Amino acid sequence: MSTAIERFDDKARNAFDQIGQNEVYEGELLRHRVYTRFLHWMVALFFFLALFTGFGIYLPWLFRWFTPVFGGGPLSREMHPWFGVGFVVFFGLQMLNWIQPMLWTAADSRWMRNLRNIAGGKEKQDPPDTGFFNGGQKAQFWEIVAGSVVFVITGIILWKGARTFGRWPVAISYILHDISAVIMLGGIFIHIYLSTIGEPGTFQAMIRGAVSEAWAWTFHPAWYKEVTGRDPVQACEEARKRGQIARQ
Amino acid sequence: MSDRKTLQIKQISGHSGPSAGFDMQRDAEVCKLIDTTICIGCKACEVACVEWNDMPFSPTTFDNTYQTMPATRWNFWNLIKFNEHQREDGTIQWLMRKDQCMHCADPGCLRACPADGAIVQYTNGIVDFQQENCIGCEFCVSGCPYDIPKFNPATKKVYKCTLCSDRVGGGLEPACIKACPTGCLKFGTKDDMKYIAEERAKQLRENFGFEKAGVYDPQSIGGTHVVYVLHDAENPERYGGLPKNPVIPWSYTVWKWLFKPVLGTFALFGLAGVLFHYVTVGPRRPQPEPPLKEPLREKES
Repeated sequence: MSTAIERFDDKARNAFDQIGQNEVYEGELLRHRVYTRFLHWMVALFFFLALFTGFGIYLPWLFRWFTPVFGGGPLSREMHPWFGVGFVVFFGLQMLNWIQPMLWTAADSRWMRNLRNIAGGKEKQDPPDTGFFNGGQKAQFWEIVAGSVVFVITGIILWKGARTFGRWPVAISYILHDISAVIMLGGIFIHIYLSTIGEPGTFQAMIRGAVSEAWAWTFHPAWYKEVTGRDPVQACEEARKRGQIARQ
Repeated sequence: MSDRKTLQIKQISGHSGPSAGFDMQRDAEVCKLIDTTICIGCKACEVACVEWNDMPFSPTTFDNTYQTMPATRWNFWNLIKFNEHQREDGTIQWLMRKDQCMHCADPGCLRACPADGAIVQYTNGIVDFQQENCIGCEFCVSGCPYDIPKFNPATKKVYKCTLCSDRVGGGLEPACIKACPTGCLKFGTKDDMKYIAEERAKQLRENFGFEKAGVYDPQSIGGTHVVYVLHDAENPERYGGLPKNPVIPWSYTVWKWLFKPVLGTFALFGLAGVLFHYVTVGPRRPQPEPPLKEPLREKES
């Protein structure tokens, strides 16, 4: 990555650490700094605003009970592109912020091939070479990057409409825009599930920025090793023994 | 019930299921006949349209032709398109065509419209916009082969010619028809207008030397409820860009009526999927998990 982006990210991270704070307790690790969390929640906010206003345009007859929340169909349609702009701007910043840890590696390909075991609950811990982000998270990240590109191109065409771009670009864009939205909607269910009830202990990483060491060695062992210098498998075993001794 | 005919709804945009009461009463399909060969370009129909529909004065654009403005506007639904056509022998022909909504039998605007009840098609063939249900997405603009629906940025709604559905519903002819001084515009049932149009085209071919004269009623969209008699039916594009084979983008049919609901349902399956995962597989907890106070019951399989 070019150094200009890194300098920008570092500046932003330091500036946001002055505004908010990272609350890390004894036995915890700092996972997401204030800047990352801020971007995440801005992306989430605009994603849902755009999603909910989009419902009213996608299937108005199904969501006519819901569109009044945004002031009715016409206002939904008016605001939807602006929410989209907010989403793309903040996700663009998040992409710059995360592009380094999100780069795809051989470990991620191995992780994806192993997905069935992890999703099926057969493996309690992630493979030892799982870094700061695992293959699934990276796949979703890059899906959103690709989806956002589709959103921007087709969104501008739909926003300005057939008056500016002609009939066929609108008719095609409308399909691509919908497909992109439906894929992202499916992804968001998995994302919310895994970050809350699916993998307990994850959500606080986006609230106060910290995760427990146990969380780190379970789900991101390579990252745990990188920040603590300790072996994740050994650390887990030691914790197990400590627990047994304490219970006796 | 009185014997007065009321407008019955045939199709509604973005509406699931059939329209209530459809086909209870048979209604003759109405049609406007425009004989371009006897239009003198007087613009009486333009004025009548603006007057009847209570629309304000619209600024005109002079571009060295006999056309009032380049295209119709949200508050100017009726425009005589002008084209000075040079024939092969060097002589000049002035082509005047009254441009307005064609009231297609298969309306592209209605197909494209996602809003429930924003566009309706009556059994008499009139396609009408219901602005109170319009969400201003402008998909109808892309669905229309004739570039008719026009967006009003102030109200965020789309407007177009109604074929004076308010007059027709009351047993009157559209305002433009009433104003036409030359008999170029006629109004009646589709069958009658089609018959008159064909007779006139035959007359033009046989008696006036317009060998390619014909009727414009494109079957690619199931015909229209506004038909033209043209001197040259083989080149309708000459008449201010009248498409020879108007089409509705296929995406509006396939996508809207099939994939939209199906994909929307799939998205809901995603939600069901993660809940199913939680119930059957269960969450993954940071290791080591503290031992349970009481062992879980064995699942009966």
